[in-house]
Amino acid sequence: MSETVVFVGKVIVLIGVLFDLLGCIGLVRLPDVYNRLQASTKCVTLGTCLILFGVFLMSGFLWKSLLAIVFVALSGPTAAHAISHAAHKAGVKLWEKSVVDKYQEDKKKVKES
Amino acid sequence: MIPRLPLIFFIPLILSCFLCLYRVFRGPTSADRIVAVDILGILVVGFCALFVVYTPRKYFMDIAIAWTLLGFIGALTLAKYLEGKRFDE
Amino acid sequence: MKKLVLFLVSFTAWLVLTWTIYYPALLIGILISIIIGFWFGDLFTQRPRHFFQIKRLLYLLYYIPIFLYYCTLANLDVAYRVLHPYLPIEPGIVKVKTTLKSEVARVALANSITLTPGTMSVALTDDGYIYVHCIKVYSADLKEATQRIVSRFEPILREVFE
Repeated sequence: MSETVVFVGKVIVLIGVLFDLLGCIGLVRLPDVYNRLQASTKCVTLGTCLILFGVFLMSGFLWKSLLAIVFVALSGPTAAHAISHAAHKAGVKLWEKSVVDKYQEDKKKVKES
Repeated sequence: MIPRLPLIFFIPLILSCFLCLYRVFRGPTSADRIVAVDILGILVVGFCALFVVYTPRKYFMDIAIAWTLLGFIGALTLAKYLEGKRFDE
Repeated sequence: MKKLVLFLVSFTAWLVLTWTIYYPALLIGILISIIIGFWFGDLFTQRPRHFFQIKRLLYLLYYIPIFLYYCTLANLDVAYRVLHPYLPIEPGIVKVKTTLKSEVARVALANSITLTPGTMSVALTDDGYIYVHCIKVYSADLKEATQRIVSRFEPILREVFE
């Protein structure tokens, strides 16, 4: 029984580590701040949650890791939201092939009126 | 008893840390560097979680929890700095 | 009531962190939780009765598997776009409208949007609009974007938080 649980934990840790690697490849390859933030936040948050869950299974049910999962899953998207909001306010441009930017249009409207 | 983890599991994490450091070096704007540092903080949490299994010392999980919260506060502070506000707003 | 809620939450966190029933440790935990509850109880929640309604907790349990499904889908989507040699992306910022009223529900909606396929919330306004950065823009129209992005989560989150 415990052998099976440890094996499942190892597989989950492996999947999480590979998702982390994918997120960081996205951080290098994608063209502007918002796309990088999007890819890396999604992949690294889910990857780290999977690593913590695999460690929870492998280490004989260490319940602290579930608390760590809650903290990572709450703080990752919030930090991403704060950074993207600050970058847009600081005037970081979108990629030049971007289709639409409603937020910039609305800010201009507020300034003109 | 806690089983040992083979060292292979660390290699993708180390590679992704180097990719983050590349983005910190080459980032065209300071927002890119802030994103990379934030992601690096979450990767360190994964490292701490793997050390719980690699060396049978359970206090690494406490370090992981503390690192999560400190990284979150650091990211918020850097975002405030990027926005150009004072810190008490 | 507010202080009681924060006391319960912090004491649960203490129990999970120490994971023992050794009773001096429990005593210290109760003491610290009482202090935290008295100091910060007014800041933690505004409507403490919601924590004790069983229906909301059941809806939260129903929400978690749906959220995990979309989260996995999002990761596979990002993996496909990142590993593709020509980077099939058309980024842009669109605007969606939410009808949720309370702040906690809006924050939960924004965080869910960040972790679901191809979208990331950039800004929240006071009158209920969310600006969403899409990695591939399907339609820049307000209603269609709302239909695509928001409507998966909004009914469940309304049951949970409002």
